Amino acid sequence: MPETNLARHRFDTLVLAPITILVMLEGTVENFAHRRNERRSIRYLNSVNCASRYKHKVDNIMALRREHQVVILIGLVAVLLLLWQLGGFSLKRKEETVATSLHLDTVNKLPKYVVEVDSLATSAKTDQKCKMHNCFNVYKCGNKEANQITVYLYPLVNYVDVNFDSITPSISKEFYELYSSIASSRYYVDDPTKACIFLPPIDLLNQNLVTAAAVGPILNSLPHWNHGMNNLLFNMLPGKAPDYSTSLDVPHGKAIVAGGGFSHWTYRNEFDVSIPVFSPLTQAATLSAPPAYRKWLLTSAQVNLHNDFRVELEAIASENRDFLLLEKCRNVPENVPLNQTRCWRKEQKPYPQILQESIFCLILPTVRLGQSALSDALRTGCIPVFVCDTYVLPFSEVLDWKRASIVLYENHLPKVIDKLRKISPFEIKRMSGQVDFFWREYFSSMSSIALTTLQIINDRVFPEVAKGYTDWNKAPGVSSVQSPLFLPLMPPESDGFTAVILAYDRVESMFKLIMSLDRVPSLRLILVIWNNQQKPFPARREWPIIDHDWKVIQTSQNKLSNRFFPYKEIKTEAVLSIDDDIVMLTTDEIEFGYQVWREFPDTLVGYPPRLHLWTEDRHLRYQSEWTNNISIVLTGAAFYHNYFNYLYTYKMPGDIKDWVDEHMNCEDIAMNFVITNHTGKAPIKVSPRKKFLCSECITGGSLSLDETHMVERSTCMNHFMEMYGMLPLKAVNFRADPVLFKDEFPEKMKKFSNMGSL
Amino acid sequence: MQAKKRYVLLVSFIVFVALLYNGLKWNAKRAENELANVERKSANNDEDSFRASNTKSFLSRDMLQVLPSFSEQEYYDDGDEYVESPKERRSTREHVYKNRKCRMESCFDVELCHRRGFKIYVYPNSGEKMSPNYKSIIASIRSSHYYTNNPEQACLYVLSYDTLDRDPLSSDYIHNLGAKISQLKYWNNGKNHIVFNLYSGTWPDYLEDLGFNLGEAILAKASFGDNFYRTGFDISFPLFGKTHPFKQGQGGLLRSNYFPPRRKYLLSFKGKRYTYGIGSSTRNALYHIHNGEDIIMLTTCKHGKNWINFSDDRCLTDNEEYDKWDYQALLHNSTFCMVPRGRRLGSFRFLESLQAACIPVVLANGWMLPFAEIIDWKTASLPWEERLLLQVPSTLREFDDDVIMSLRQKSQFLWEKYFSSVDVIIRTTFEIIYDRIYPDQARPSFTWNMEPGGLFYLPSYSTFIHDYPFYHHYLDIDVTQQFTAVIQATTPITSSSAPVVKLVKTLLLTEACSQIVIIWHCARSPPSATRWQTLALETGKEVIIIDDQPKLMGRRFHPFREIRHNAILSLDEDATLNVQEVDFAFEVWRSLPDRIVGFPARSHFWDEAKSKWVYTSKWSNSYSMVLTGAAFIHRYYLALYTDWLPLQVRNMVDQTSNCEDILMNMLVSHVTRRPPIKVTQKKQYKDTSPNQAQSGVLPSGGVITKWSDPQHFAERQVCMKSFVESFGYMPLMMSEIRFDPALYKDNVSITRKRYPKIEI
Repeated sequence: MPETNLARHRFDTLVLAPITILVMLEGTVENFAHRRNERRSIRYLNSVNCASRYKHKVDNIMALRREHQVVILIGLVAVLLLLWQLGGFSLKRKEETVATSLHLDTVNKLPKYVVEVDSLATSAKTDQKCKMHNCFNVYKCGNKEANQITVYLYPLVNYVDVNFDSITPSISKEFYELYSSIASSRYYVDDPTKACIFLPPIDLLNQNLVTAAAVGPILNSLPHWNHGMNNLLFNMLPGKAPDYSTSLDVPHGKAIVAGGGFSHWTYRNEFDVSIPVFSPLTQAATLSAPPAYRKWLLTSAQVNLHNDFRVELEAIASENRDFLLLEKCRNVPENVPLNQTRCWRKEQKPYPQILQESIFCLILPTVRLGQSALSDALRTGCIPVFVCDTYVLPFSEVLDWKRASIVLYENHLPKVIDKLRKISPFEIKRMSGQVDFFWREYFSSMSSIALTTLQIINDRVFPEVAKGYTDWNKAPGVSSVQSPLFLPLMPPESDGFTAVILAYDRVESMFKLIMSLDRVPSLRLILVIWNNQQKPFPARREWPIIDHDWKVIQTSQNKLSNRFFPYKEIKTEAVLSIDDDIVMLTTDEIEFGYQVWREFPDTLVGYPPRLHLWTEDRHLRYQSEWTNNISIVLTGAAFYHNYFNYLYTYKMPGDIKDWVDEHMNCEDIAMNFVITNHTGKAPIKVSPRKKFLCSECITGGSLSLDETHMVERSTCMNHFMEMYGMLPLKAVNFRADPVLFKDEFPEKMKKFSNMGSL
Repeated sequence: MQAKKRYVLLVSFIVFVALLYNGLKWNAKRAENELANVERKSANNDEDSFRASNTKSFLSRDMLQVLPSFSEQEYYDDGDEYVESPKERRSTREHVYKNRKCRMESCFDVELCHRRGFKIYVYPNSGEKMSPNYKSIIASIRSSHYYTNNPEQACLYVLSYDTLDRDPLSSDYIHNLGAKISQLKYWNNGKNHIVFNLYSGTWPDYLEDLGFNLGEAILAKASFGDNFYRTGFDISFPLFGKTHPFKQGQGGLLRSNYFPPRRKYLLSFKGKRYTYGIGSSTRNALYHIHNGEDIIMLTTCKHGKNWINFSDDRCLTDNEEYDKWDYQALLHNSTFCMVPRGRRLGSFRFLESLQAACIPVVLANGWMLPFAEIIDWKTASLPWEERLLLQVPSTLREFDDDVIMSLRQKSQFLWEKYFSSVDVIIRTTFEIIYDRIYPDQARPSFTWNMEPGGLFYLPSYSTFIHDYPFYHHYLDIDVTQQFTAVIQATTPITSSSAPVVKLVKTLLLTEACSQIVIIWHCARSPPSATRWQTLALETGKEVIIIDDQPKLMGRRFHPFREIRHNAILSLDEDATLNVQEVDFAFEVWRSLPDRIVGFPARSHFWDEAKSKWVYTSKWSNSYSMVLTGAAFIHRYYLALYTDWLPLQVRNMVDQTSNCEDILMNMLVSHVTRRPPIKVTQKKQYKDTSPNQAQSGVLPSGGVITKWSDPQHFAERQVCMKSFVESFGYMPLMMSEIRFDPALYKDNVSITRKRYPKIEI
């Protein structure tokens, strides 16, 4: 069997090499064109070229004598047939690729693959200057539709020398898991011509098991190696005795190394990926739930530390009773695995379980910089304290370790306890939450390590869709928000606002409203959203004559969400959403509302307030009584930023938008949810209590302040809460009034004097 | 004809062979497929193969356990071979990784900084020529609170030789710099020195070379290439022009957060084009994406004397088009701005587009963007691979409106916080180095990248995020439920009805106030602590009296160690507040912990006639300050006041015993870019009634307040002037809002109101 394999390999490379190169070149150009919509222009160029070339050929043929024509035709047929044959070859080759693709169930009886290392070309010298822009072929990453890199896995083989002795390490469990997790990931492709990243089939996780002199040339002979470009090598334990290099010590040319234990010197910034050292030995141990109280402040559980460190640690331990210094156990009974136990004053402690009793875990360098002890610490929720100079922390390109660890220079090890004591319990809680999150998402298995690595590379190749800092570092479930309008700008007063009136058929009150809005100094435009599908809006001549511009938009369906659409007619940041029957607001009240919005442009600023209350069975109840607290303002009269129209229309979770349109109710509650959810800020109520005629009427005017209405509103709130997975609403107990409101001051000198009158 | 037959024969033979071969192959393929089907069927029974696609099958879990682990022996073997001790390793490192291989661990004496503190020394003037920008840099360092004039106490050294322009063709170039520098007393091969540079190398290759041996000095250089940059050691510095303001220059140009966010043009560029030589290909390719509609790529070949000699086919048409467009108009009307490399990697255009809130699309492979160590540029720009230029238009078109909104605001934020003046650039540079030297205090990345920015995160105040007023929403942290009342006492207590005693009694009644700190700024010795404690005995609250020395006005904002809470109610001793006023104001503050929330307010305006800022205490429809004699302030601002404000303005407060409230309001507005908050109060505050004023000077320098004194008022005008000069602009902002309880003066029963005592 091995002979056949070998033969086929040689045959392939000899005969098909030129074709492969052709295909690859083609692929490059094609990919380049395919990746974006520029396809058309380039295709066009190509076809022009082809046409002219073809025409040229035909002319030549016509110039020849007739007798020769037949001969040449026959010759052409022969050539065509030959081409067909060759085509057959390349077709066959492709099929073979599919057929011989990854068989990960034969890993323990891999096909043997004979290589004579001496006869291979030398290995590709590691290029220390590699960056994505000079060592990576982006044209191969053409999967624009998905904005996603593609990864090809070479079929696993066992490289043997002429005596059938293995010259590459046998596949480890971890490497197998890595391989299989990528194979079943969204990145995997089985066609190397479509791949952007190649994963060589050699297990390099542990440098100790690798013969660099043999592996280097083998890598270099791989069909898709190409000086290592676009190849990815995983390594966790780099270097060998006595000098322990901090990077994979196999010549790897321009290949990206996902390595555990890089130092600042060997790490090629934003090219290599620093990964954690997986801890297989403790993976087996089962953990119980961590105790509520961790009795040790700091634990050191590494057993292979240099004696100098140990001396320093012992000095710390002698002065600090809450520092747990564990060491190697001697005289352990046979049945206890050595690596799952540590000793403290001759007392045996189960490892890594013992770490669950400590708040912090010390991570010192041993012969290598990367430590499996880090994985153990993260797993047990123990906050790492890195005292490990020059170490490039795992995934530090995307993870903010400052939120999940303490970092000290090695020189300052004696001060470690002092530093830790200053950290408040609150801070510790926050950090350990972050540690748990890092562990679960990025460190817990070979699969998460592999996929995180690929995601990092993906982010580099497709920066336009890269995960942001918050995505990488935010633990899900924490309701953290950053207002989407975070820049502290105050919109210029002169910008004004657009009044959006939702109208149905109450023409009289609508006209009254329009006329009163017309008097508001900061009004810029009135936009009437005519939601009535039966009755057309009044003819132009019936409308009141006003100073401001106005426009009617006839909707095509009577939907409540029409009022929250970001119409292109809205040119101002501020939108005043107002029902057609809200005629009781004075000019001063509206103008002042706009001023309040200017000072709080990312909040909802409105007039009639409402409140949510919790029932005893943890349900929400809608409250329309006038109370000391406010968590909702009705959008029957409210200012907000036009941006929230966009969020309401396009980014609302679940089925809320449809629900609102279906139930013809609660669009205002939904908007309150949208704004508070995105900003974390409660709405602001403006001006004193007013009697709002029919303030609960939404459209049609048939609903009234009765019990069923309240029930329905409560149902809405509960449904929305379910969609959001939490309750974003916040209650406050204040409202905004003009500075001199109700002050003993001449009324006519007050800017907003007509407040609160009916 | 014979030949024809032969050909026909040959052809048919070939056809025959081909058919035979392909037919055979087809048969083989069919057989293979059948086999594969069988395999697939059997594989489907295996549990693990469920998630695999049909070309993959996996080992069963049992089989997996048989495989060896990659690090079976790691735990016990390696330690024994350990020969080099950590110390040895460190010293080897320090000898091996020098010069081009410098890292903080090998070239920088971190210990020196830990021993001496983070102090910066600038060499005395060398007498060599110095560009205005370098003068600004030196001036900024000298005004920093890290500055020291004693080289023996410094841990960082800055040259007085202008190294900004190291292009030998430039007039600013200092010759023989290497020899001059090596004679400096503390040079020591550049250890703990920092060298600033904007231009390096020259025509034609523009190598990133300074023309002298940098040794172990940190290089803060613009247009850094990633292979020249020593990771975590050098600093990628922004490229700024000769007219860059020294302090608080023109802010960002974005005036409002309009929506929809797209401007008239999607993408634009206007600049020089080099037809040959290093870096020319980038701009030469730009015309490919120009469409004359929403993507405007304009280049000119017209620069330098001999441009005609180097011009290419497109030059003439390009030049013509180029002249039709206005650069500023494009900058302000484009959503994205192309920032392609020139001869060097960086260009002025980068900062210009940030300022104009035009999102930069950076085409400069290998360029380290400015301050990339701390700034998350992906959130404010699009660093794009040069090779994929043709994909830029479709990528930009695919961006959602919310993404553009966020990118634009971020670009503007970064401009204002880190690039708007030489002063902030220099401050940022040193804070980055500070973070490296004290890794345990280093700022989390998000503090650099969100309001109000890393320069307003003071590690010396606290390294715990919840001690800052800005991140409650972002980190979902609750705002403190309790506060500390800090009372500045300036008059002796003569009876138990003294105002300060009344005030303490009121505070003891409020639930949220769990600590009262009295800062004794009266010349007489303070009343004994026990008397206060008996007052507070039953409430479980703490009353502390600090006999503060020196008794200076600014000390009322000193972040005393004794203060336990982040919420502080700053009080004058004669403040007359009732319990509900305090409770209500605290609730408002808890919603807006980054603002000052107080009662009496003041205002300012620009006096056109005198062309100066004027302070006014008249009642009006708006305000820009609230008095700190009764206001909630986050403890963080006390630290900022004490540690961040320049000594000169703080001295002014202390010398006049006045204006501390103006300064505090300016400080907070400077940080938040928002006005303070005024809440309603029952009575008018003391300063409106002239009878209450105390005037005169206390003998031993106690702090006095003197509200009605015309002298006092005049001083405040002077304060305004010098504070504005110090900030470089007028930081105060106007508000027209007062916060009242939800049912304030509403026509509902008083019993239903939570804060009735504010109304009655």
